[in-house]
Amino acid sequence: MRGDDSLAPHATGSRAPSYRAYLALAAAGFQRYATYRQATVAAVVTNSVFGFLRFAVMLAVIDAGTRTVAGYDNRQLATFVWAGQGLIGVVLLWALPEFAERIRTGDVITDLLRPIDPMSQLLAADLGRAGYAVLTRFVVPVVVGALVFDLYAPRRQVTYALFACSTLLATLVCFSCRYLVNAAAYWLLDVRGPQTAWTLTSGIFGGLYFPVWFFPDAMAIGLIVATPFPSVIQIPLDILVERGSPAVQLGLLGVQAGWVVTLLALCRWVQRRGERKLVIQGG
Amino acid sequence: MTVIEASGLRKEFTVRVKSGWLRRRTRIVAAVDGIALSVERGEMVGYIGPNGAGKSTTLKMLTGVLYPSAGQVRVCGLEPVPQRTRLALRIGVVFGQRSQLWWDLPLRDSFALLRHVYAVPATEHAGRLAHCRRLLDLDAFLDVPVRQLSLGQRMRGELTAALLHGPEVLFLDEPTIGLDLVSKQAVRAFLAALGAAGDTTILLTTHDLADIERLCRRLVVIDQGRIVHDGSLDELHARYGSRRRLVVDLDEPLAAPLALPGVTVESTQANGRRITYALDGTTAAGDLVSRLVEAAALRDISVLEPDIEDVVARLYTRQAAP
Ligand SMILES: Nc1ncnc2c1ncn2[C@@H]1O[C@H](COP(=O)(O)OP(=O)(O)O)[C@@H](O)[C@H]1O
Ligand SMILES: [Mg+2]
Repeated sequence: MRGDDSLAPHATGSRAPSYRAYLALAAAGFQRYATYRQATVAAVVTNSVFGFLRFAVMLAVIDAGTRTVAGYDNRQLATFVWAGQGLIGVVLLWALPEFAERIRTGDVITDLLRPIDPMSQLLAADLGRAGYAVLTRFVVPVVVGALVFDLYAPRRQVTYALFACSTLLATLVCFSCRYLVNAAAYWLLDVRGPQTAWTLTSGIFGGLYFPVWFFPDAMAIGLIVATPFPSVIQIPLDILVERGSPAVQLGLLGVQAGWVVTLLALCRWVQRRGERKLVIQGG
Repeated sequence: MTVIEASGLRKEFTVRVKSGWLRRRTRIVAAVDGIALSVERGEMVGYIGPNGAGKSTTLKMLTGVLYPSAGQVRVCGLEPVPQRTRLALRIGVVFGQRSQLWWDLPLRDSFALLRHVYAVPATEHAGRLAHCRRLLDLDAFLDVPVRQLSLGQRMRGELTAALLHGPEVLFLDEPTIGLDLVSKQAVRAFLAALGAAGDTTILLTTHDLADIERLCRRLVVIDQGRIVHDGSLDELHARYGSRRRLVVDLDEPLAAPLALPGVTVESTQANGRRITYALDGTTAAGDLVSRLVEAAALRDISVLEPDIEDVVARLYTRQAAP
C-alpha cells in the first residue's frame, strides 16, 4: 500500500469471514431493533393487553372442582400465558416477510454478493434481534403478569437453564419456519398464502392460542414430536412450568434440537434451490 | 494481467407472453448475445449502451449472480457463479438502484459491520475509510441512518462500502443514475482519482455519456446484446466520422484560405476574424495551429470536443457517417 489512506487493493492472501462476522451481524440485529423504541413499546403493550384477554379465557375453562385444566393449575396457567406473551416477541412468531420482499424486488442479489451466504447473514441478525427481545419484549409481559397475578415460579434451579436452552432452540425453529415461508418467494409471486398458513398452524398447534394438552393426549404428543410448531411456544413453556420430570424436560429439548437440525438443513437446501433458480432464470 | 475475461458470453431469458385468452407462449430473448471482453488490471472501462442493451445482465454474469447460458467467464481467475463467495471478497459491486447498506443503521455502523463481514484488518479498513471520507465528504452524514440519506449521499456511501475491503475489481452499474449534478460531479471526480491511481480495475456501466467522457479511456458499446465498439473514444470518433472543432480568433482575416487535408471551414464570423474549423483527424490540431500562426496574428483559440451523444446515437442507429 502507498501511504496510510490509499484505496490500493488488499494484497492478495487468503482471507475469510470468521466468527467475528457473525457476532457483528448479530450486534447489528440487536442495534436495529434497539433503534425502533416506539415499535418495541407498541409491541410490548399489545402483548400485555392480550395477556389479560388470554388469561381471562383460560380461567373460564378451568375446572371449578379441581382448579386445574389439562394438567395445569391456576398458577402454571398464569405463567403459561404471561411467559408465552413474552416468548412471542423473542421467537418473533409474526414478522413482516422482509426477505421475501428482497427476493421479489431482486435486492437479494446484493445479499448474494457478500462473502457470507444469505441464510447465515439473516440467522446471525435474528439471534441479535432475539437478544434484544429478551431484554424488552420478554421481560415486560412477565413483570406485568407477576404484578397482577400469582405466577408459578420453578421449584428446580436447573429449570431456568433448561428454559434458556429451550428458548434458544425455539428461536432457531421459529427462524427456520419463517425463513421457509419467505423463501417461497423464489417460486411464488406472493407469499401471503404460506404466511397465513404459518400464522394459523403455529397458533393453533403450537400452544399459543391454548396449550396443546387441550387436545387428546395422543394428539398432543403426536403434534409435539411430529410437527415443529409446539417447539416454538409449547415446549419452552412446559419446561418453564415444570410439567413432567427433568428427564421429560430433557426429552423435550431433544425434540427441539431434532427440529432445529432438520429445519436448518431444509432451509439450506431450499436456499440452494432458490439461488439456483435465481441465477439461472434471472431476478 | 488479465482480470476480466469473457468469450462467447450469452444469456437467454425465457419470457412468457400472453397470446389470447389463458394461452401463453414462451419466447426466448437473448439479453446478451455472444460477447467477448478482456480487461487488464488497472483499466477503467466504460460499458455503455441504451436501456435494455444487456449491460446489467453482463454485470450480473461477471459478478456471479447470473449463470451464463453459454460461453466462458473468468474474473480474478475465478468462475463467478460456482466461486461466488470467494469472488465476493475480491470484487466490489454497486448496483445504482439497489442498496448494499443496512437501512436502519448509520453509515458509520454499516462500514464497521462490513469490516467484519469481509475480515479486513483494522488498519487497512481505517486507511480506506479515511480516504473515502476525505474524497467523498462523508463526515456530515456518517451518523445518519441510511434510510434518511439523500440519493447522492447514499451513493457516496455505497461507493465507500464497495471499496472498504480493497477489491481488485470494481463493478459499477449506473452509479450516477438519478443523482443531482453536484453528487454526479463528486462521484465522477472520485472515480477519476481511483482510476488514475491505476491499481483498481473498474468496469462502469452507464447510459449517461458524460460519465464516460470524463472517466474512461476505453469504451465498450453494447447494443441489443452485442458489442458494437471496443476501443478509445478517439477511435469511436474516427470510425463514425465525428469531428473536433477548432475555433480561432484572429487580429485580421486571413489573406488566403488554408488548404490542409481533412480540415474544412465550418463557419466564419466577425468579418472573417473568427473561424471555426472542423477536423476529421487527418491533420492534427497542432499542425493547423502552427500554420495559422505563420499566416496571421492569433489572438485566441479553443478546441470543441465532438459531442459523444451524437456519435453514440449514430452508432445505435447503425448510421455510420459516409
Ligand atoms: N430476469 C429477466 N427475465 C426476462 N428478461 C430479462 C430479465 N432480465 C433482463 N431481461 C431483458 O434483457 C434485456 C437486457 O436487460 P438489461 O441487461 O437489464 O439491460 P440494460 O442494463 O442494458 O438496460 C432487456 O430486454 C430486459 O428486458
Ligand atoms: Mg441496467
